[in-house]
Amino acid sequence: MTQDKAEQKAVEKAVQKETAKDAAPENSGDAKAIDVQGLHKAFGELEVLRGIDFSVARGEVVCIIGPSGSGKSTLLRCVNLLEEPSSGRVTVAGTEVTDPDVDIDLVRRRIGMVFQSFNLFPHLTVLENLTIAQRRVLRRDRAEADRIARVNLERVGLGEKEASYPAQLSGGQQQRVAIARALSMDPELMLFDEPTSALDPELVGDVLAVMRSLADEGMTMLVVTHEMSFAREVADRVVFMDGGVIVEEGIPERVVGDPQHERTRTFLARVLDPAAAEVGEVADTGPTGKRVDR
Amino acid sequence: MPLSKRRRARIIRGVQYGVLVAAVVIFALVADWHQLRTAFFDVNVAKALFPDIITTALVNTVLYTLLGFGFGLALGLVLALMRLSSVPPYRWIAVTYIEFFRGIPALLVFIALGFGVPLAFEVALDMNVTVMLSLGLVGAAYMAETIRAGIQAVPKGQTEAARSLGMSHGRAMLSIVIPQAFRIVLPPLTNELILLTKDSSLVYLLGLSLGQFELANFGRDALNEHKSLTPILIAGLLYLVITLPLGQVVRRLEARTAKAR
Ligand SMILES: Nc1ncnc2c1ncn2[C@@H]1O[C@H](COP(=O)(O)OP(=O)(O)OP(=O)(O)O)[C@@H](O)[C@H]1O
Ligand SMILES: [Mg+2]
Repeated sequence: MTQDKAEQKAVEKAVQKETAKDAAPENSGDAKAIDVQGLHKAFGELEVLRGIDFSVARGEVVCIIGPSGSGKSTLLRCVNLLEEPSSGRVTVAGTEVTDPDVDIDLVRRRIGMVFQSFNLFPHLTVLENLTIAQRRVLRRDRAEADRIARVNLERVGLGEKEASYPAQLSGGQQQRVAIARALSMDPELMLFDEPTSALDPELVGDVLAVMRSLADEGMTMLVVTHEMSFAREVADRVVFMDGGVIVEEGIPERVVGDPQHERTRTFLARVLDPAAAEVGEVADTGPTGKRVDR
Repeated sequence: MPLSKRRRARIIRGVQYGVLVAAVVIFALVADWHQLRTAFFDVNVAKALFPDIITTALVNTVLYTLLGFGFGLALGLVLALMRLSSVPPYRWIAVTYIEFFRGIPALLVFIALGFGVPLAFEVALDMNVTVMLSLGLVGAAYMAETIRAGIQAVPKGQTEAARSLGMSHGRAMLSIVIPQAFRIVLPPLTNELILLTKDSSLVYLLGLSLGQFELANFGRDALNEHKSLTPILIAGLLYLVITLPLGQVVRRLEARTAKAR
């Protein structure tokens, strides 16, 4: 891809975004959806995040890429405090979540999260999966919750599955239900942790299509992914992490198309080259996964 | 080798059957059938037991068991949650309770509550309350451990999904974790119910009035009256009427969870 074309595409995408954002209802004051400053996280001796500074603007789609064990999931989980940061500040939509006085339940209901392993509630039907938090957390009445749930099921193309149990669905369908569950809380931003990594290859497309349409509607998204084509086509910005730090970040055409750092190049070569990809799979659970600083 | 492994196994099994059949035949020839019948199954004695052995004894056994089970289940759930709490004193209390009541005989608890408390505190506990507490206090210790294991068997991702939807810790427990945990522990809890059914016989210690008799007590009373083992046999069979179907339920539940995996 030539530099010209790349820039043109980036501009087009930005314009699309702007119009989508104008259409979307305006959110409160702060333009930053996520702001992370000096974030450190250690599990005992193991320093997983070693000084992360970055932010996500409202309506922006940011993809995080990087080798296994580089701290991508941990960073994502620090944003909604599923992990407690060791130090640093994390602010989400103007609320500092690292403030000890903050009511984290209030913040979390504004952040949708989608997990690699779906984590649907197996004892509830699809519809109940989408309504339980609406009713118990947002105190919506049953009719209202059902209505919103059905809208979101349609959105992910699973309107006819509302009476099924999660175990009766394919992995791709389960992940789309999980997305619809998060959407039913009307989140201001969405976190995705490798949403397609647990899926059979032929099911990945449906999930990515749903995420793509979300992005087009102007949803703020922070996505950890190994899907380079998704990062290239949908992301406004790509962040490459390795060893608990951000090595480089920028528009996808730069980071994925023309990486500046050797570490990024090595990683991308492994992920993008189909022949080397197999080796990469093995390496994922290999030495890179166990990056230990002593 | 003259005999294949399988043939040899077949011959050994054949010999075992032969010995068994011979033993039964010898027993049938030697036994005094008349005496055995009057001792174990005297039709007249059996007739005299009905219907009270059903309407009073069986009903009371079920009642005492359910009282103990209900109380034990509720207390067991509380103990399990305390055991898993992030507040250390709660954990200590739960662990101490569980170790204590699992370590002492249920009989001792019956004596303590049936005789000890009324003597020491000069209060007379209602019979049903005494039974409920005695069976429940011990049952709770076992059920707490079962429920705790069930709660821990629910994948961590379930709590994380619930919390990331904005549910509080308590709400996530109540709506997401505990319902799944109970599915997991239904078979062992049913086993606990079977054990409690049998333990309910300890009630006989409390000195019951006629209307309060449960199966064991009823059987013993009728034994004295009729000088025949028949009431004991029938009481035993009636326990089986309760416990065998419950055992069947456990097997069904276990098969179902095995299939769901
Ligand atoms: N709860 C935990 N306790 C101890 N160590 C942990 C914990 N969670 C993660 N780690 C370690 O932190 C490091 C980073 O983990 P993390 O899951 O953030 O990596 P990742 O970039 O998401 O990798 P992957 O691509 O494999 O998902 C790993 O070495 C992991 O073993
Ligand atoms: Mg991860």
